[in-house]
Amino acid sequence: MTSTYSAEDAPLIIQRSEGWAALQLGDLWHYRELLFFLTWRDVKVRYKQSILGLSWVVIQPVVVMIIFSLIFGQFAHLPSNGIPYPIFTFAALLPWLLFSGSLSRAGSSLVQNSSLITKVYFPRLLVPLAAVLAGLVDFAVSLSVLLVLMIGYRITPGWQLLALPAATLLATLAALGFGVWLSALNVQFRDVQFVLPWFVQVLFFLSPIAYSTQLIPGGRAQLLYALNPMVGVIEMFRWSLFGGAPPNQFLVAAIVVTVVVLVTGLFYFRRMERTFADVV
Amino acid sequence: MTYAIHVEGLGKRYRLGHRTEPYRTLRDEIAGRFKRRRPKEAKDDILWALRDLSFDVKEGEVLGVIGANGAGKSTLLKVLSRLTEPTEGRAILRGRVGSLLEVGTGFHPELTGRENIYLNGAMLGMRKAQIDRKFDEIVAFAETERFLDTPVKRYSSGMYVRLAFAVAAHLEPEILVVDEVLAVGDADFQRKCLGRMGSVAREGRTVLFVSHNMGAVKSLCTRAIVLRGGKLVADGTTDQAVAAYLGSGTASGAEGEIPDDVSRLGNGDALLRRVELRGPDGQPTDQLFLGQPFTVMAWFQARKGIDEVMVEIGISTIEGERVATVFNTDRLGEPYCLQEGLNQISCSFEVDLLPRDYVLDISVHRVSGATLDWVERALRFSALNVAADSGDHYRPAQVRGFVRPRTNWGGPR
Repeated sequence: MTSTYSAEDAPLIIQRSEGWAALQLGDLWHYRELLFFLTWRDVKVRYKQSILGLSWVVIQPVVVMIIFSLIFGQFAHLPSNGIPYPIFTFAALLPWLLFSGSLSRAGSSLVQNSSLITKVYFPRLLVPLAAVLAGLVDFAVSLSVLLVLMIGYRITPGWQLLALPAATLLATLAALGFGVWLSALNVQFRDVQFVLPWFVQVLFFLSPIAYSTQLIPGGRAQLLYALNPMVGVIEMFRWSLFGGAPPNQFLVAAIVVTVVVLVTGLFYFRRMERTFADVV
Repeated sequence: MTYAIHVEGLGKRYRLGHRTEPYRTLRDEIAGRFKRRRPKEAKDDILWALRDLSFDVKEGEVLGVIGANGAGKSTLLKVLSRLTEPTEGRAILRGRVGSLLEVGTGFHPELTGRENIYLNGAMLGMRKAQIDRKFDEIVAFAETERFLDTPVKRYSSGMYVRLAFAVAAHLEPEILVVDEVLAVGDADFQRKCLGRMGSVAREGRTVLFVSHNMGAVKSLCTRAIVLRGGKLVADGTTDQAVAAYLGSGTASGAEGEIPDDVSRLGNGDALLRRVELRGPDGQPTDQLFLGQPFTVMAWFQARKGIDEVMVEIGISTIEGERVATVFNTDRLGEPYCLQEGLNQISCSFEVDLLPRDYVLDISVHRVSGATLDWVERALRFSALNVAADSGDHYRPAQVRGFVRPRTNWGGPR
């Protein structure tokens, strides 16, 4: 069942639409309660019937951090900008897991919710959006681990900490941008299911998580490298915690790429949306 | 005149490939780009699920939509619910629309009854405040108070359906579009649901009610339209429309060639061409004496060799209530292998049908699930109130039930 929250006097006209459609993001606001419930469902259902429940959110990055610290920090002696290696890599793992988790869930969200899409009308954008928002809950939990580490290593962030929410927002928007593209493509082409994990893994290696951006040579290689928006996000995240020189170029590249991917993704999504129920 | 729903020239075209293939891969799409250059594709692969449909529904009117499977009812609902866009024409809806194509949409098995009420309610377009207000009423209607905090995966199927319907029943749209969701639950609950639908109708809301169940249509609707092959074939009072629908069996009896333009569903790899009902003498008939065995013969035209095939024969009353369903694979029967060309299938029944008019619904599927063809009301026949030798009568004047089981009695004589 769907209600269209149209005003009494404005009749709803159903007819074929052609070409690119307006984004109508205002519609999302009308359906904000449904967005809340979908997000809440995603969070709630994820850890049902698992013994450790939400603690997985903490265990995963902590274990990765320990392994990286041993292999890359202790054995390979990778530079970590003068910051203790464990916290150096953990500060990158947090936004990375936010991004990759949100992206993976968003990418398959439409197909997984096909029973909704074929039975109920609502702005379809709510589905990948809820998947991304649900990732923020995990992020908030693992942020507490970071806090403990900061205290343990006696690192006091400066005024730059104010940039942390912005970095988080950028990671979320980047995940949403790619997620919107991939979820819409996935409805039509199930190839996306194979591409998605691979894509996430490729981006992982192309992000400065285990290593520092100092290892990347300047010039054209660096420009190419900066096209991965997570480079800018992670650098900004680290900067907000540890200070140092602001990652200006990386950040600009990340914002440009994110905006381009997100805007084109939203338009593509809106264009494909009308056939979702027929194709999915 | 104030209308709540105005439909004009509505049409919906499907490319058959889209409908039958579960999904397309990138490779198919790339291959398709090249294929499309060839002008051939055109006719075969296109299906108009709705064509040139026009009608109005007045405010407060309860309109029934009837038709066989594949007649376009579901497509009409999907278009009016904004799930899919029409290919041509348009529909104008005045007022808040609520459409109910399924009960329990969005129910999550891991969530509790309470949580699912909120989730489902929001999905159906209710505000949280509205759900809060109606919560107790919903729970009382569903009769599941004790299990509110149990995950619904632990519910019995009856409880699940009751809860799902209860949420839907407490929506308050101005226009309600309902599919055959009433065909769920036990008889008591069905009656309760019908009652609830009736009171919704009496409250002056506009209702579009799609159903196979002529009884429900007759009791709820003031007017009805009949769809066949995506087109409107009758529009009038409920009695007129039901009569038009019942009279529109694709074949009247005994033996029936199935015309090409009959309403059918399926990918068309095999098509039902002809059906016969044969009595014990092997001759085609459209009347069965009480207690007489009979055989259904069906001919399918296959486009190519197809293995792992199930044939399904349904016997329904002429009002559309299913009496029995049989498959050739019942009791571990082997699936059939259709050869390219015409295939004959026979199925003999030993069942005493009680006196009334019946229709045969015949469909053919792959064991894996794909439907090749599905024709409802393919053949019509009557069961008589008397045995062939007139020695056996079914006594009660008004028939209750559908079959007379073979029984052995004990008692004083």
